[in-house]
Amino acid sequence: MSAAATLKALTGAALAAPVVWLASIVNVPLKWWQRVTGTGGMAAFFLAPNMAIFGIFVVVPLVINFFYSATSGTAYFLQDRSYVGLEQYQRLLDCGSYLDTATCREDLFWKAVHNTGLFVVVQVALMTIVSMITALILNREMVGRSFWRAVFFFPVLLSPVVTGLIWRWILQRQGLLNLIVHDLGGEPYNWLTDRFWAFTAAVSVSVWAHMGFYTLILLAGLQAIPRDLYEAAEMDGTRPARVFWRITLPLLMPNLLVVIVLALIRAVQIFDEVYVLTGGGPGTSTLYLTQYIYEIGFASLLRNPGLASAASILMGLVLVVLTLLQLQVGRRGERKGARE
Amino acid sequence: MTKTRTLLAALSVSLLASTSAFAGDVRIMWYSDGVEGDVIQDLLNRFMKDNPDIHVTLDNVAYKVIQEQLPIQLEAGQGPDIARVTNIKELAQHWLDLRPLVADPKYWDDNFGDTLDWMRPDGSKAITGFMTQLTLTGGFANKTLFEQAGVALPGEKATWDDWINAAAEVAKSQQLPAAFAIDRSGHRISGANVSYGANYIGPDGKPAKVDDGTKAFVGKLVDWTAKGLMLKDTWVSAAGSTYRAAADDFINAQLPFYYSGSWQVANLSTKIGDSFDWVATGSPCGTAGCSGVKGGAALVAIRYTKNPKDVAKVMDYLAREDIVKEFSERTLFLPAHKGVIAKGGLKWGSADKNVGPALDKFVKAAGETLPAADALPPWKWANAYFAALVTRVSQVMAGELTLDDAWGKIDQDIADKVAEAK
Repeated sequence: MSAAATLKALTGAALAAPVVWLASIVNVPLKWWQRVTGTGGMAAFFLAPNMAIFGIFVVVPLVINFFYSATSGTAYFLQDRSYVGLEQYQRLLDCGSYLDTATCREDLFWKAVHNTGLFVVVQVALMTIVSMITALILNREMVGRSFWRAVFFFPVLLSPVVTGLIWRWILQRQGLLNLIVHDLGGEPYNWLTDRFWAFTAAVSVSVWAHMGFYTLILLAGLQAIPRDLYEAAEMDGTRPARVFWRITLPLLMPNLLVVIVLALIRAVQIFDEVYVLTGGGPGTSTLYLTQYIYEIGFASLLRNPGLASAASILMGLVLVVLTLLQLQVGRRGERKGARE
Repeated sequence: MTKTRTLLAALSVSLLASTSAFAGDVRIMWYSDGVEGDVIQDLLNRFMKDNPDIHVTLDNVAYKVIQEQLPIQLEAGQGPDIARVTNIKELAQHWLDLRPLVADPKYWDDNFGDTLDWMRPDGSKAITGFMTQLTLTGGFANKTLFEQAGVALPGEKATWDDWINAAAEVAKSQQLPAAFAIDRSGHRISGANVSYGANYIGPDGKPAKVDDGTKAFVGKLVDWTAKGLMLKDTWVSAAGSTYRAAADDFINAQLPFYYSGSWQVANLSTKIGDSFDWVATGSPCGTAGCSGVKGGAALVAIRYTKNPKDVAKVMDYLAREDIVKEFSERTLFLPAHKGVIAKGGLKWGSADKNVGPALDKFVKAAGETLPAADALPPWKWANAYFAALVTRVSQVMAGELTLDDAWGKIDQDIADKVAEAK
């Protein structure tokens, strides 16, 4: 053996020594554990750290939240709060008519529920359509295709606060849009104090900020569609619209369902960019559920942690339903893939 | 085995040391509206030079941190040793009683006695801190715009209607987006409400139902907003009780009249410079008087401090007459120290010709506040009232509620808050 090879072997052994020593120590309890619990026990052992983190940061706060929702008072420590059972839920759900927020005890909660419902319907529909159109365009052969894909994906990388601020500076009374309107001879308009335009801005900005992500999912689906189907349709002289409805859309459906469900979940949780953009206004026309919970729990001078917890539990239930839907969609896609 | 134990012990000690304050360490949580962060740091540097055994760290944070995070820290028995706060009454159970710790409690009672009740639980005789600044709500007028429009500034006892009519004339003549704006805050409109006869406090000390005084001024405010006289952005473009100032619009010469408070003087001076002349107007009059509402920021000691004696030393130093005087002169804040006020002769640290008269105007207006307004700073439920007013009045301005519906909602919101606090 040459001197260099000996040196290399010695260095390797020296570096490995602490690891080997540590492994020999760990090996004893691990072997014992495997003997006692079998292979299933080993899986549990390796999953334990991850589950501990999940438990501490997700499950424990969730349980604490349940307890908070059954208490009242302004104190933050549970032992300083009084138990009221389901009173906070009753207060939230106390309504003459759920369609008329003015008849509800917590009218702002129901206002937020209505606003969130409308936002979800419009935003998800728009998000899906725009993402689909963008994906179809970006799937075509074009000059600088990678560049355009990056351009559409870029807003996803921005912090929601930055997104909200950028659009606020554009849309506010003395913003960029009004400067352009003024320069073109038009009358500047107070976009963010008009209920229709504030809602339109909230939806549009949210679509702009997140469509890149959904476009990417649809683009992956489009690229997985076999080219020979399109070639056959072309040879048959099929019109492009028919190709879209009969080939592209059915084959893209699994991806489209994933996009719709993910967009739904995200839309229900909408908060940061709209909070920065409109602050929930004008009035309460862009006050959404998460902002309501944040305001009641932390920001308002009338803060009420119990009521905020109850509202977040109710919102969580909606999200659980949507997540189950997503899992169902995912499983159906997997089963279909396996059959094919 | 002994080695392992020694190592573990060393590790525990170092962990404990990293989480607890060393003797002599004092941490202050501070927010700034203007230059006061620099001024206090300078004053503290001098203190540390004279007291090398005490190290004071000034944590400059956003006002939002003081409003939203500090209360949670305090509930958990954590937090800084000293904090500059505005929510002084509601959190009073967390403040440290400095009476047994300060060098001369009588000095504190004599000089800060009027405002000590603002920052201690009802019935307590504790000394918990002092007001770093006394504030008073009041108006500002863009004198240059009034002159350009050929409109005379309304006089001493001008009413709200006089001011809005005059400002509307200026706005029309100078093609401005609105005649005036008031900060989006329940505190800001309360002086005006009181000037129209409002009294928020019931005979039992609990919140009273919205009365005719509040209805009179708020009704006017909603009407002015609907007519486009009040800048719609400030109140309408937010939900809940979110605070919004309209100072930037006044600074950008978009408003002839702006109602905010004395704390804006330094901000206006710095940002307006010599772009235009402006004056403080005091508070316009209603049917019952011409009142603003006092308030301010207090420096309070936190009861969870590990170093109460050092905290008291720092507080004694910052409350000294010469230090309060210097702080006020350099920050352009109104002092809350009786001795400083009585001696007068404050040399406001600004070359801006608008500043001195503006501050003098606020000092004068501070003596004209109505009793119903003076009762608000030490009142436990003031914030509940303010928040309900802002939330519901904004909804009326946005066309979501009628005024009649809003009164009921305001009463209900406040009643809920009172019930929740039981």
